[in-house]
Amino acid sequence: MKQQVLVLYLNTSALDADVVGWAFYDGTGRTSPTTGDGDVPPYGTGAEALRDGWRLFQASQLVPPYPGHEYDTSFLKHEFWFEKLV
Amino acid sequence: MATTEHLLTSVEMARFVASGFHRMDAVVPPDLNERALAEFEGPLPRVAYGTPVAKAFPEGSFARALLEVPAVAGALRSLVGPDPEVDHHFVHVREPHEGSAQPLHADAIIDTRADAFDVQLMYYPHEVTGDMGGTLSVPGSHLRRTNESDTGRYQNLRGQSRLTCPAGTVVLLHHGIWHGGRRNDSGTRRYMYKIRFNPTVPQVRTWDAADLDDPAVAAELSRQFPWYETATGRLEVYNRVRLWRALTGNAAFDIDHWATRVANRPGRSA
Repeated sequence: MKQQVLVLYLNTSALDADVVGWAFYDGTGRTSPTTGDGDVPPYGTGAEALRDGWRLFQASQLVPPYPGHEYDTSFLKHEFWFEKLV
Repeated sequence: MATTEHLLTSVEMARFVASGFHRMDAVVPPDLNERALAEFEGPLPRVAYGTPVAKAFPEGSFARALLEVPAVAGALRSLVGPDPEVDHHFVHVREPHEGSAQPLHADAIIDTRADAFDVQLMYYPHEVTGDMGGTLSVPGSHLRRTNESDTGRYQNLRGQSRLTCPAGTVVLLHHGIWHGGRRNDSGTRRYMYKIRFNPTVPQVRTWDAADLDDPAVAAELSRQFPWYETATGRLEVYNRVRLWRALTGNAAFDIDHWATRVANRPGRSA
């Protein structure tokens, strides 16, 4: 069995929030996804991915901002990792 | 090199502060585009870091001609001020069917300047079609504090720009914008010439500020992008307010009370 990995970045920390970004890695070698290869996300929300058979295996923790850096912006905060074994 | 024509307006500057780029389609004439393609076949003249533009690119050189295109000269002066220095320049090539894209990155290293910025010029001498690996960039990413390719995990973001453009297009970008050369799936080499400029003067009202009080300025600075998380998008506006205060010299500027509210501590000084 080979692993396919889907990473979804969501609008809030809720799994049923809208997708704002995504990445895909294909352990089968049948596809070669890369940076900037599409403008349309594979799912509208994280919950839609669940309904399509993706298994959630990691979600971002909610980390309070470091004191003095409350207004800094950096990486996307709400990252969810899914897998399929095919 | 100085020009007082073709300066950006305050509304255009505000759009740059929000989006991190200013795009000018087909502003370079065809004869200069043809000259560019010939120039890019050979090595570029070496330019030491921090060389004034006039010394880096002598009269008659291709790069000088590019920077004297009126729209380019006016926009560059508006963003970086007069007499900038050349940080470096380079021709980026995406080879036909080369099979991979660059990871999403910001150039150089993490850069936390809140009241100054470098400008990167990207020039495309030929038409860039959808399969030629035109530069991917992420509008509104330039104020994020990330280091170089640590963003490489992000393959696609809603509202990203996958550049297609006519020949002679120039894009001026804030140094912090996330970008990368996309995979070239065509049979044609894709060229992009980049020059990074360092300011030598305070970047304060370097544009045509006659429309500074136009309500469209605040509207541009308030713009959200589709990849923003809603909560973080509010912080983006706060950070744009801080940058706009620095660029205008108006420490009281605000939008919808975002910066004023969180600084209001009556009777407290420490």
